Amino acid sequence: MSGTLRMALAGNPNSGKTTLFNALTGARQQVGNYPGVTVEQKEGVCRRGGAEIRVVDLPGTYSLTAYSQEERVARNYIIEEKPDLVVDVVDASNLERNLYLAVQLMELGVPVVLAFNMSDVAKARGLEFDLAEMSRLLRMPIVPTEGHRGKGLDELVAAAHQAAASAAGYRPAEIHYGADVEQVLAQITARLEGQLPRAGARERRWTAVKLLENDAEVQAGVASGEVHALVQAEQARLAALLGDTPEMLIADGRYGFISGVCQKTVRSTVEARHTVSDRIDEIVIHRFWGLPIFLGLMYAVFWLTFTAGTPPMDWIDGLFGWLGKTVAGFWPEGSESLLQSLLVDGVIAGVGGVLIFLPNILLLFLAIAILEDSGYLARAAFIMDRLMHKIGLHGKSFIPMLTGFGCSIPAIMATRTLESRRDRLTTMLVVPLVSCGARLPIYALIIPAFFPQAWRAPMLWIIYVTGIVLAILCAKLLRATLFKGESVPFVMELPPYRLPTLKGIWIHMWDRGGAYLKKAGTVILAISIVLWALTSFPTLDAVDESLPAEEQQAAQLAHTVAGRIGHALEPIIRPLGFDWRIGTAMIGAFAAKEVFVAQLGIVYSVGEADEESEPLREKLQQNYSPLVGLCIMLFMLISAPCMATIAVTKRESNSWGWALFQLAGLTILAWLVTFAVYRLGSLLGIGV
Amino acid sequence: MHDRMQRPLSTVLAGATVVLRRIRAGRELEARLSALGFVPGETLHIHRNTRPGPLVVGVKGSRVMLGRGMADKLAVE
Repeated sequence: MSGTLRMALAGNPNSGKTTLFNALTGARQQVGNYPGVTVEQKEGVCRRGGAEIRVVDLPGTYSLTAYSQEERVARNYIIEEKPDLVVDVVDASNLERNLYLAVQLMELGVPVVLAFNMSDVAKARGLEFDLAEMSRLLRMPIVPTEGHRGKGLDELVAAAHQAAASAAGYRPAEIHYGADVEQVLAQITARLEGQLPRAGARERRWTAVKLLENDAEVQAGVASGEVHALVQAEQARLAALLGDTPEMLIADGRYGFISGVCQKTVRSTVEARHTVSDRIDEIVIHRFWGLPIFLGLMYAVFWLTFTAGTPPMDWIDGLFGWLGKTVAGFWPEGSESLLQSLLVDGVIAGVGGVLIFLPNILLLFLAIAILEDSGYLARAAFIMDRLMHKIGLHGKSFIPMLTGFGCSIPAIMATRTLESRRDRLTTMLVVPLVSCGARLPIYALIIPAFFPQAWRAPMLWIIYVTGIVLAILCAKLLRATLFKGESVPFVMELPPYRLPTLKGIWIHMWDRGGAYLKKAGTVILAISIVLWALTSFPTLDAVDESLPAEEQQAAQLAHTVAGRIGHALEPIIRPLGFDWRIGTAMIGAFAAKEVFVAQLGIVYSVGEADEESEPLREKLQQNYSPLVGLCIMLFMLISAPCMATIAVTKRESNSWGWALFQLAGLTILAWLVTFAVYRLGSLLGIGV
Repeated sequence: MHDRMQRPLSTVLAGATVVLRRIRAGRELEARLSALGFVPGETLHIHRNTRPGPLVVGVKGSRVMLGRGMADKLAVE
């Protein structure tokens, strides 16, 4: 056997599989997507024991049915890619349920090695195991490991090499499903011989079991109507005879086998009723204290992200400002060089605009990683479930929604934890309605310009609440129309609390942060350049040199493509109370919302403007009414956030269709709501 | 055979231990539940059952959270 060993890592969620994967591969990991689906694909290289091993971390699953994408991806990887072996990571403190997956892996025919993980936890719970006997009964090697302490890894690698080497003689234990079911399986297997001529006996048996279990994917793969008819007939007969669905009979057979093995090899010495986790949970999911604790923790996450993130953000801002000035300095003062403009205003400004968010994003993911790895997130889902259910969302939707208050991009990425595609898409599409941090400069500019001191805090609050209310309404609407269907019932394992490993959190954090850099960065950079071009060309040849510089700039802007689009947009946005200047600023805002303020500054010849700019505020007061001010904020709130969001939606939903639907939907909604508010306000004479 | 002793899991008080008899749910849900250990004949320990929140049920050595609607569909005795 030559070449690198290929090992797949399987196991239940919460079994410590990922920690083990991290320990085996260290920093040599790559995260991607399986083609065509939004399931994460993780691969790494392990260099222990001299030889190189390619390790693929399969999605955590409880079973190998065809009902979820994760399960299908996991089993199809094993069937199609044919790794040299599969290491099933088993949580020793939860053995019976963890073995449910192991027996299914055995049926696939690939060599399996059991990583008997968390043996320390099991021991603390008073459980004792006879691993030698268990290995004999299951007919597979068992290696005790403690992934979070890095123990047992060398032995695991050695066992892996051995298993691969002796693959030819691999003969796992076989599950006996009871005489009646076995008889039916024999019949189906015999009938399959003609259908699957190249399949071995084991593969045919697996197919037979799956057909009996009504596995949709396997059913689709078998063409013969005769086989299907036989299966259906036998299913009905078994149901009548034994009083249970075929799926239940198969499940029973598996658990029966597992039970037999465990009875002979597991001994419980202590009746451990209340564990430390239970005691913590008494407070954390307390009827009364649960919610305040949850809100407190969420506030802490926010605080960490935005307060602790501000110094690095300012630093990056300064760095890019310096970079811009330095590069601009390569050209003589007042130069009209296109290249200079492209580099400084296009590339450096564009990239800087993305990188500035990096500290925020990393800190947010750090916080989420800690909450997730410690087991707290499951409790959060428990607490928020009922509330979310009323909105038409899932308990797990809460974290993405909350993240959205900071930035939509990691929020949309966070929807990965939602199992149902319906819940996931609904959450993804409405998350941008929750006002993100990038919109704050707009509010900071407009509110003081139009509203007296006493009104300012309430106005900001109204904007935020509007965002939340719209998100709720849209979620309900989507669930009632496009994403109709039973809400996925809330069934979720409550893992015991665990101390997260530093390594795990670090990798977790950079996983997501790196993705933000790569994808959002490349897209934003590209579109920033496009927008730079739109706001720079065509240039006015004859600019009135007698005008002050700012007014010259304003004239230039009006002449460019962006300016002209602004003018062209005017008829569409007039009903909202907007004019071409706002239209032009809106185009820039499509790249990143903060650009709105700067562009507005240019359009009003205020030159370098930011949200603190009094001259700009004065201009706004002169030209618009408070009602229009409110309308601007509403439109900016509801309309599609930066196009990086659209790009990430495309990536996470794996479809341009949904991304564009989001863009169109949000823009239309923004127009309608702003229109309604403007007309109503004008009619009632409020704020005009 | 309808056993009159059976009742929905959602009605069982915290601290009790019951045996699962039937699951009244679609195939997919049934598969998800069996993979987690919920099979007829299995012993369940109810750790938490406080309205209106989800239940926490001990099954096969682990804890699983079940929404109330879900718990209504499991018949136990």
